[in-house]
Amino acid sequence: MSDGASAGGESLRLVATLTVAGLVSGLAIVLAYRWTLPAIRAHQAAALERAVFEVLPGAERMERRVWDGSGLAGAGAGGEAGESVFAGYAADGALVGWAVPAAGAGFQDTIKLIFGLEPSGARTLGMTVLESRETPGLGDKIYKDPKFVGEFRGLAVAPEIKLIKGHGEAPNEVDAITGATISSKAVVRIVNQAAALWRPRLPAPGAEPSAAAGTAAAAPAEQVPPDVERGGPVPGGKPGGRS
Amino acid sequence: MAGPGRFRAELVKGIVAENPTFVQVLGMCPALAVTNSGLNGVVMGLATTFVLVMSSLMISALRKLIPSQVRISTYIVVIATFVTVADFTLQATMPAAHHEMAAFIALIVVNCIILGRAEAFASRNPVGLSVADALGMGTGFTLALILIGGIREVLGSGALFGFRVLGASFEPWVVMVLPPGGFLVLGALLLVFAKVAELRQRAAARAAAAQEAGR
Repeated sequence: MSDGASAGGESLRLVATLTVAGLVSGLAIVLAYRWTLPAIRAHQAAALERAVFEVLPGAERMERRVWDGSGLAGAGAGGEAGESVFAGYAADGALVGWAVPAAGAGFQDTIKLIFGLEPSGARTLGMTVLESRETPGLGDKIYKDPKFVGEFRGLAVAPEIKLIKGHGEAPNEVDAITGATISSKAVVRIVNQAAALWRPRLPAPGAEPSAAAGTAAAAPAEQVPPDVERGGPVPGGKPGGRS
Repeated sequence: MAGPGRFRAELVKGIVAENPTFVQVLGMCPALAVTNSGLNGVVMGLATTFVLVMSSLMISALRKLIPSQVRISTYIVVIATFVTVADFTLQATMPAAHHEMAAFIALIVVNCIILGRAEAFASRNPVGLSVADALGMGTGFTLALILIGGIREVLGSGALFGFRVLGASFEPWVVMVLPPGGFLVLGALLLVFAKVAELRQRAAARAAAAQEAGR
């Protein structure tokens, strides 16, 4: 680099190298993204559908319902935005219950789960964790321990679910997992908050038209918008401290 | 230019003699973070091997075109591209495994083994040898992760690759699947590798001395 001209040429070569590298890299990433997107979307939709059917035993078909501020509209009305629940219908078109996605702070990171409510909203039908980073071996029992998960079948949500250390006998009591009190507490809090939010919004039993007459044929799995996959927003989830 | 012997030597050296984990002690972050089960070790090892081989190939093929002043940034662009491709592919083909270690797949970009091989080997050797080197290093890394992950899974949950291998009476050592378990197992294995290397060296020295004396 003795004279200015070759120094300029040299810089230009450096800039050109990085520009070309960036362009080629960008192109490769876009191609990979486009190529894998359908499979990724399908996996997410399948995972959500599995979860809905798991928490609504007996349901054969599901429909997404969006809260529009005054009532539950079909998935088309609210677009992809907004808070939503899933209505599960049995083979004969009767409403099995509502699958409610919810999220809140766990021990290490946000716990995203989905739980089923009876059509009346009084009891849970089941609960499954969609996403969590709880401690392996301890906190992950919130979805690996069949006993804890089983407690969320037929659990009374009104006035609220209580976490008990020892043996809970009342219909609204859940036994905390030994060694994972905070994770257990977090799950109960998330379910309580979402139940309190959604119970008043659900239509009275019977008011909900059974199996929305027009769509009697099995509906295809709906495309899952990213916000639903992450679980509906739940206000005021406070991080749990260590106990 | 490079005979088949040289090719084989470059391929084999990464597996034991220059194992990236136990001998070079590189790539410690994934070796500790995702090895709480054997399967995670396999997936992480294969994803890293893919990135290592592809970026070594690219970097070696382009080594005469890349100006040395911007070589590191160019390597990082190449590596990051392959990591992103691996990330998407894993998400599309193995959603469950991807779910378990999403954050760590993206972190392959900063795995020292990859940049280390690019800088130390691929940037100054022809394509064939660079790919052999990358394959060997990737295999060594994968085997190391499977070894750590397998030991931690057996001791921490009484299973191997998800199958129970220890009876119901076995009380799992939960600490093994927690972060401290990673350090304990890695430390123990480093000790074993160092001891074996030392014994080998001594044996070689003794053999040389005997040869000397016999002459």
